[in-house]
Order: sequence, then C-alpha cells, then structure tokens
Amino acid sequence: MPPRIAQIRLVKSHPHVYAPCDDSYALVDALLADRKKLIDHNPTICMEVGCGSGYVITSLALILKSESNSPHFFATDINPHATRVTRETLEAHGVHAEIVTTNIASGLEKRLAGMVDVMVVNPPYVPTPEEEVGGGGLSAAWAGGENGRSVIDKILPVADNLLSDKGWLYMLFLAANDPLQICLEMRDKGYGAKIVVQRSTEEETLHVIKFWREFDNQVDGGEAGSTPKSAPQRGWDFIFSQLSRLSFREMR
Amino acid sequence: MRLLTHNMLSSNIKGVINGFPLRIEVEKVVEKQVDFNPDFLKNMFSKIDWKALADASKIMGYAELPEEVPDASVLDSDEFLQKFHHALLELHLEEGALVCPETGRRFPVNKGIPNMLLHEDEV
Ligand SMILES: C[S@@+](CC[C@H](N)C(=O)[O-])C[C@H]1O[C@@H](n2cnc3c(N)ncnc32)[C@H](O)[C@@H]1O
Repeated sequence: MPPRIAQIRLVKSHPHVYAPCDDSYALVDALLADRKKLIDHNPTICMEVGCGSGYVITSLALILKSESNSPHFFATDINPHATRVTRETLEAHGVHAEIVTTNIASGLEKRLAGMVDVMVVNPPYVPTPEEEVGGGGLSAAWAGGENGRSVIDKILPVADNLLSDKGWLYMLFLAANDPLQICLEMRDKGYGAKIVVQRSTEEETLHVIKFWREFDNQVDGGEAGSTPKSAPQRGWDFIFSQLSRLSFREMR
Repeated sequence: MRLLTHNMLSSNIKGVINGFPLRIEVEKVVEKQVDFNPDFLKNMFSKIDWKALADASKIMGYAELPEEVPDASVLDSDEFLQKFHHALLELHLEEGALVCPETGRRFPVNKGIPNMLLHEDEV
C-alpha cells in the first residue's frame, strides 16, 4: 500500500486560500522521499509555517501517524481563512494539528524555542513589488517582495530559533530566490543543506532544500548511509554545483 | 486549542515583558480523545510550565492536577500520566479568548484557533 498523504478531494477550499499547486506537491514529494528518515527521526514536535489549505501539514501528519507514538503538530498562517480551512482539511483526514493564526510563529517563539524537530515551509516566494507583501488574503500566499525573499528572510531566523538540536527544516524555493545564497547564509549559522526535490515546470524551477544543524555527531541530518568522513564538504560542493547550474539556467 | 498550545503561547505585543501565561476566558470547552503516548508525555514534562498548566486546566473545569510542580518520579505513575495526558491534550478551548497578563489585550479563540495577529501599533 502506498503511504497515505492528503487527498485532494478532501482538501477544503476557499476563495481567499491558496489551493494546493505544483509547489505544494513538490514539498510533499520531498517529505515522501524522506519518509523513512522522517519516521526514524522520531520527531516529538513538527510544525508548518504558512499552512494554507492544510495540504502539507495533513500529509506530514499522515506520513508520521502511528498508533502509539505520533508527534505533536503545529500549523500557522497569517490568513485567518487559511487556518480555518486547514482545520477542516485535517479533520477530513482524521488527523490533528494545533493551529495558530499568526505572523510566522509570533507568540510561540519564546516558549517553543529549540523544540521543533521537523519544520516545513512553502513560503510566499514570488518576486513582487515590496508593497504587495503581507497583504491580507490570497496575495499573502505568493507575494514575496524583492527576489521573493522578504518573507523567506524573516522565516529563516525564526526557524533557527525554533529548531531543536536535531531539528530539520524543509523549505521550498524558486531559483529566483537565489537558494545558493540562502544555503551559504545557513551554512554560516551552522547548517548543512541538501536538495531533496528539484523540479522545473513551464513557469518556474522549484527546489525543496533540507537544512539541519551540523554538529560533530550529526554531520549529515540523517544523510549518513555509507558516506565517508569527508562527506559534508563534498555535500557542499555538490549543492553548489547543482544550485549554480540551476540559477545559471534560469538566467538565460 | 489544547492546553499544550496555551503553555507554549505568550503575548507577543511589543514592549510586553511578562506575557506568560495568557489568562484563559472560557466560552466553550470540548474534550477529544487522543491516543495515550507516555513517551511524548515524559518528553514534554520538563518543557511544560506546570503552574500554568494546572491553573489553565482548572479554569477549563478539570481540577485533578497537583498545584505544586511534581517531582519527576511521578512519571512512573500511570495514574499521573493519564491525568497529565488529559489536561495537556484532551481538553480543548473551542471558543473563548486568551488575555495578555500585562496589557489585558484579548486574543480571540474561534473554532479552536487562537488569533495572535497584532494591530499595527502593537508590533
Ligand atoms: C505558497 S502558500 C503555501 C500554502 C500551503 N502550505 C501549500 O503548500 O499549499 C504560502 C502560505 O503562507 C502564508 N503566509 C504568508 N505570509 C505569512 C506570514 N508572515 N506568516 C504566516 N503565514 C504566512 C500564506 O497565507 C499562504 O497560506
């Protein structure tokens, strides 16, 4: 039996809420690709920022659901319609997440710091004029300001604060967001990175990148396998070449 | 909204220093059964602010939790874990509000979803 994810026919919709699209599918595909690692990771707390219709958090909850040891899920969105729709989507699938209507994770940041083991984000990433960012309703779903980075650049430090020592972040980017530069910034904060999914549609190139804190004992965010000691550096060379190739292609 | 979430939320208004715990105004409480997961509870025990949980649970109509912070040895007691489980995960604030202890600002809770969005002059 294939692993269960959210079913489109059970995902609730609303005129002011972002409906699942190629980016949502790419993010869930990344979670599916990492399904076994996620289960072995045995997270206690998982969280989605910008849950929209609830398609992604519902899928994550279904992937990690187990009778005796399901994690606890949080989901936030700045759009009150989205958080309501997310609740309905979760209920239609028989799973639960605690939902908060808020800007990124405001209100949770103090007490939840260092506790989130898995965080997933499909942010508003489309380059737009800065004035369009953070408008109510549907435009907040995509409007990303200059290079599509306005909201992304606010989410990353929040993620850094909320993630536990073993925390993983799965985040979706457009080539125009300059993911290579994001990876370099995250590396300066001590994170490893890996492209889990990359996909080109007619309009855009999407990548889902996984970040994890690099310590001596967790150099690879569950990416170990049989790789030799020098793997982290090699991993970086790899991600650089992948991302610069993509950015290059996008620019032409 | 579960009391676990209440335990993780603080007032996010600019300038507020003691934004925790938010006072609960109850309009409607619902109980929903949740699978019992002792490992999760043991994990969360050290992260929970006990007094905030015990007070919140009392306001929600469940007065079975000890007022004083219990010693970690209670985690061996199944009876304790069941009570902790019920208070933390099964009591939901469906309708009501969370009130900032410092400013009195109300954050509404509708359909179990707290709204922590701030007005422009509060950020
Ligand atoms: C691209 S949509 C993704 C929706 C859903 N997660 C999915 O993958 O289908 C981005 C979502 O982020 C929300 N959002 C935008 N800015 C936000 C912010 N500052 N804090 C929380 N959510 C935000 C939008 O309302 C929207 O629902």
